[in-house]
Amino acid sequence: MAKVIVITSGKGGVGKTTSAAAFAAGLALKGHKTVVIDFDVGLRNLDLVMGCERRVVYDFINVINGDAKLSQALIRDKRIDTLAILPTSQTRDKDALTKEGVERVIDDLKEDFDYIICDSPAGIERGALLALYFSDEAVIVTNPEVSSVRDSDRIIGVLQSRSRRAEEGLEPVREHLLLARYDSERVARGEMLKVEDVLDILAIPLVGIIPESQSVLKSSNVGLPVVMDPSSAAGKAYMDAVGRFLGETIEHRFVKPERRGLFQRLLWRTA
Amino acid sequence: MSLLRFFRPRTPPSAPLAKERLTVLLTHERAARNQPEYLPRLRREILEVIGKYVHLDDDKIRVHYESHGTVAKLELDIELPNQSGSVAVPRQARMAQPAAS
Repeated sequence: MAKVIVITSGKGGVGKTTSAAAFAAGLALKGHKTVVIDFDVGLRNLDLVMGCERRVVYDFINVINGDAKLSQALIRDKRIDTLAILPTSQTRDKDALTKEGVERVIDDLKEDFDYIICDSPAGIERGALLALYFSDEAVIVTNPEVSSVRDSDRIIGVLQSRSRRAEEGLEPVREHLLLARYDSERVARGEMLKVEDVLDILAIPLVGIIPESQSVLKSSNVGLPVVMDPSSAAGKAYMDAVGRFLGETIEHRFVKPERRGLFQRLLWRTA
Repeated sequence: MSLLRFFRPRTPPSAPLAKERLTVLLTHERAARNQPEYLPRLRREILEVIGKYVHLDDDKIRVHYESHGTVAKLELDIELPNQSGSVAVPRQARMAQPAAS
């Protein structure tokens, strides 16, 4: 049975699209047929992060409106054959997404895919609500920073009250915390919330800790999901998170700062 | 620069304060999230009624709503000024009702 996973956060700029791209690519690399849908109508970006922006012909809204077939809008990834992308529209029409339309597309995708990843827009408006509405599982992307944690708490409340599973009294959406942009050096100096702090506050299971990493920017520059960069710490952390999501037992890495010699410490720069 | 940081005096860690502020705020926000929408209006009207008899500051009335499964509890905590004006004696009124949902 296909699973619908929403990647959400409430707050913008915490790494939802990066995480959606990495998670989808990670699941596909492990052999699962995976599709990732961009729900951020009007602000299409997943295609760019995934490196297929020049192959967009039809989009999610075209399929919902019946202007294109699903097979015409789906973009098959050229690097991972089990991965596909459904880009969003650039329209400014806020009502372009309808609950019935989204349901129809998700139901059709369930025929062909094992995992349907919904990349949510920021906020708690229509697009974000529809992205999470049909989900079976939710990955809540949070940065160790007060406003991000607060918004994550808010979106967890929305998942628990306004998702289809909540409305129909089904088993609740399974929640997973993905703590991104974690800087263990700053945590060690007491400048940043610790993993344990965020877990205490949000009280949902931890699926992964993504270290603050320069490779994330580098990957988006070239349109490569960060899990495909074997040298990237963030990429490794995302692959670990995908493994845990699939039920594997994997110890958390990148929680403690790397030990540096005195010479390295004196020369080391953050930039 | 690391060299400068090496010699700079340490500033007190700010993360514990972040955690404390978040914990307080989210406890409040989670409670408010489950409240019925009429609660702020109810609170204002109660304040108006009591205001007809005694002068009451806005912060002397606290409305607390709790929902436990089938029963919801509404707790009003009204602090009336003492006649002599010295010590305030809090008086509590409680009412229980079946939960809305």
